[in-house]
Amino acid sequence: MSTAATAASLLAADTSTGEAVQFYVLGVLAVAGALGTVLLRRAVHSALCLAGTMVILALFYLANGAYFLGVVQIVVYTGAVMMLFLFVLMLVGRTTADSLKETIKGQRWLALGCALGLAMLVIGGIGQATLGSEAFVGIGAANAEFGGNVPGIAERLFTEYVVAFEVTGALLTIAAVGATLLTHRERTEKARTQREQAIERVRLNQHVPPLPAPGVYARHNSVDRPGLLPDGTPSELTVNQTLRERGQLREVGQEQLAEVAAIDKRTADYHGRGEEARQ
Amino acid sequence: MNPVNYLYLAALLFTIGATGVLIRRNAIIVFMSIELMLNAANLTLVAFSRMHGNLDGQIMAFFVMVVAAAEVVVGLAIIVMLYRSRHSASVDDASLMKL
Repeated sequence: MSTAATAASLLAADTSTGEAVQFYVLGVLAVAGALGTVLLRRAVHSALCLAGTMVILALFYLANGAYFLGVVQIVVYTGAVMMLFLFVLMLVGRTTADSLKETIKGQRWLALGCALGLAMLVIGGIGQATLGSEAFVGIGAANAEFGGNVPGIAERLFTEYVVAFEVTGALLTIAAVGATLLTHRERTEKARTQREQAIERVRLNQHVPPLPAPGVYARHNSVDRPGLLPDGTPSELTVNQTLRERGQLREVGQEQLAEVAAIDKRTADYHGRGEEARQ
Repeated sequence: MNPVNYLYLAALLFTIGATGVLIRRNAIIVFMSIELMLNAANLTLVAFSRMHGNLDGQIMAFFVMVVAAAEVVVGLAIIVMLYRSRHSASVDDASLMKL
């Protein structure tokens, strides 16, 4: 669409059919993304859904003639803010799956009731206060006044709103300093060297030699599979503590032991030794 | 299509965000729901700006974005700090002041 045609459609009292189609298609996707953000169990999936919703909102801004805000939405929100969210998710990754246990009885239904009430209130309010289509002006003239959306916004921002603009600059600086202060941690005790740790181990007389290796019978030597003790029980010691805490141990159950026995039997059969040979 | 439909969509997104704040207990998801509510409010501002043929609404939305960015930085820093001291990002675990 040419610039003139865009301006005309933004001036018109009603939106074009193309925009209506765009609104209904993308609107459904935006609502689906929002629902995904709220309802999906894993936080990473929620974050991706939210990023999708934000991109769609950026397209809506562009459709509404807010070209500057549309680009800023993509750069700041989907670029910086969601990246920050994902970064923190990776940092705080261990408890990302939300527990579904209700701590307050009936809280979920109460919350849904409140949400329904809020929706009725807000949507009903909009329905009551709807502008007639004759009151609809369109952004085209305002955009064209200073030769485009960005110059128009700049004109407002640096004259009428210049104090607010400076204050938000100060706010951003304070936020950056505050975040650094909040997450900075001073080390209160000296870090122990490897030599000190070794001396400590010998003095306590616990696991003086290296810890036993993971894996079973040279078949499963991945680090997340505990090694077996002589009596066949899996030994937790053989697996890294981080994997243990995350609950990422691979089970060495009776099936695996049965599997090993089956392989033994097949090998024995192949070599022609019968049941009596192994007894 | 009437541009008022953008307002209805924004109201719906705002409500969904509010529901998320109420029902989720992972602090990060609660925070993302708040971001969703802020975005819905921005959509309202942009739609109103178009209806009235006035750029002031877009300026307001721009300021909302700036403040939201600052809020995300500080909020996520607080979540990281809470996680360090309690080893959990659940809002139920921060109950030290409960009777």
